[in-house]
Amino acid sequence: MNIAVLSGKGGTGKTFVSVNLTAAAQNANYIDCDVEEPNGHLFFKPENISVEEIAVKLPLVDYKLCTGCRKCVDFCAFNALAYIGGKVKVFDEVCHSCGGCLLVCPEKAVSEKDKVIGRVERGQSKNVGVHTGILNTGEASGIPIIKNLLRDMKKDEQGLNIIDCPPGSSCIVMESIKDADYCILVAEPTIFGLHNLKMVYELVQLFSKPFGVVLNKCLKGKNPAEEFCINQNITILCKIVFDKMLGTENSNANIIVRENVEYNELFTSLLAKVHKEVQYETTPGA
Amino acid sequence: MKIVIPVDEKTSGTGVCISFGRAPYFMFYDTETKNSEFLLNSAAESQGGAGIKAAQLLVDNRVDVLLSPRCGQNAAEVLSAANIKIFKTQGTSVMENIQDFAAGKLTVLTEIHEGFHNHGGR
Amino acid sequence: MKQLLVLSGKGGTGKTTFVSAFIKLADAHAYADCDVDAPNLHLLMGQGISPEETDYYGMPKAVIDAKLCIGCNKCKSSCRFDAIVVTNGYMVDHFACEGCGVCAAICPDGAVTMQPAIAGKLKLYRQQNKAFSTAQLKMGSGTSGKLVTEVKKAMNIKMQKQDFAILDGSPGIGCPVIASLSGVDFVLIVAEPSMSGISDMKRIIQTAKIMQTPMAVTINKYDTNLTKSEEIEGFCREEKIPFIGVVPFDKRAVEAINSGNTIVDIDCVSGRAVKEVYEKLIKIL
Repeated sequence: MNIAVLSGKGGTGKTFVSVNLTAAAQNANYIDCDVEEPNGHLFFKPENISVEEIAVKLPLVDYKLCTGCRKCVDFCAFNALAYIGGKVKVFDEVCHSCGGCLLVCPEKAVSEKDKVIGRVERGQSKNVGVHTGILNTGEASGIPIIKNLLRDMKKDEQGLNIIDCPPGSSCIVMESIKDADYCILVAEPTIFGLHNLKMVYELVQLFSKPFGVVLNKCLKGKNPAEEFCINQNITILCKIVFDKMLGTENSNANIIVRENVEYNELFTSLLAKVHKEVQYETTPGA
Repeated sequence: MKIVIPVDEKTSGTGVCISFGRAPYFMFYDTETKNSEFLLNSAAESQGGAGIKAAQLLVDNRVDVLLSPRCGQNAAEVLSAANIKIFKTQGTSVMENIQDFAAGKLTVLTEIHEGFHNHGGR
Repeated sequence: MKQLLVLSGKGGTGKTTFVSAFIKLADAHAYADCDVDAPNLHLLMGQGISPEETDYYGMPKAVIDAKLCIGCNKCKSSCRFDAIVVTNGYMVDHFACEGCGVCAAICPDGAVTMQPAIAGKLKLYRQQNKAFSTAQLKMGSGTSGKLVTEVKKAMNIKMQKQDFAILDGSPGIGCPVIASLSGVDFVLIVAEPSMSGISDMKRIIQTAKIMQTPMAVTINKYDTNLTKSEEIEGFCREEKIPFIGVVPFDKRAVEAINSGNTIVDIDCVSGRAVKEVYEKLIKIL
């Protein structure tokens, strides 16, 4: 089963929830799709790490064949090519690796070469498989890295995979939840948190994903996110009360379920609740 | 010598445009004939690589010099490969900048900023 | 016009909280929210005002005309983005489509064409002599770099005569952040004293360095982990990055925000601390 944890807004506790949920589940995989700012590995401190570099394709021009017709330059929808002084100049960071220039060149003068944009690190922390995607600084898109992380995940049909998603609701988030069986939306009790909860709420409905909400950092007083869930009949999976101790442990990158019985129980019940929700969704006539 | 300046409108009273890649128009000025011509900047509409496309336009129009307040790295690379020099404009008056350039008062533009990396679809 | 951008690397550190406070303290007339994926500033600064909205067109998207499609599969096999799906015939997944045009080029009978597609909405809030520019990217869209540029442009066009503009940044280090950094005079990095926060802060500092933008660092909620706060301060000293103060964790900050106020609109410790950070910032600028 694949569970995606997302939030729309940064800092609500996606990593806190995904890391602890995976640790509480014990035999499971933690998959960090927040490739711009991956953090889960700081908590798990995985061992026996294997590294796979992720590359994208860039065009390479053979000048023995190039006639200077400029069809490649004119075709490129991203303006990644320029033609100056008899040479085709390729702008690596602008290129989307679509293969169009190869296609349109009448002389077959364009081929491809690899460019590394990041890596995937796979390791182990007790009985948790830790998979981290890391985008190199200066690179604009992490989608190829997320694709690699999730392709790997698909191979293990029996296991439990918890996907820590990037913040927001843009294309990289969509890519991360594509194969999820269930989505956990983490919300914080501020108007900012609610505004962004609404965005991911729209996203999961668009993708017809079953989902539930975890209300994190709950304080006394009004909770706009909770009110919204009640009004919209959204399943509230659990409420985590704001706890200074938790904040400190988290800031020291400690996995709370491995140190504290109460939180271990909280996350174990959360997991059980999610299992039940998924069963409910997939049982005919329920 | 053919000079080019990014401008806001295609009228003679127009001012220098703060952006290069996404300037609405380019004004070409021939120092010998003293004629000026306007060209619509088709690069302005681009999702990404606007600087590159704009620079390509200038290369294709065989300019010798660009007068501009700013220029990004990608565009600068295209212009440099074509030996087009870039000078920094002062203020917004097009004619003043052309005169200052002729009098040798403008300096070479050295602060080139990073490409925008505006990726369409990502 | 001097442009100040507030970034953090990590989400949830307090960028919008700081920006809204700075706007009040500076009585700024030009400000913008560059976090087009998840904009928040308008919830505080746009209250009661109806914005001027403009459609924002992103990359064109491929469209398949079922009447012309012969099912040869050339489009699907050449699409690098898995954007062509076969459900009721051949169709384009417009979330995955990047607008490259390869399918349209390879289709033997013109069944695939590229059509303009709305990728978001630009919003300009105007009030007296103030302009607040923001935008909302349509879900799943990816052209956030260009939209950020449009947001800044909308503010610049109206407010060229202003001498100071404040920009609320987005989390991460990718496309939209690079677009927001472009042409900015100074960046303030709001750091969070946690392992994740420090890791992300280092990555954003590296990104700002590549863009050659002068910067300074401040710590929000510094007292949630004094050791980590010291670590950040030490890092700034080593890297010779100006460190301009700290703001304590403050439950009253949440109250203020939830009531639609900035933290300097009420009397609270975080508000007072942000004021001191602001004063130090102005001295550097």
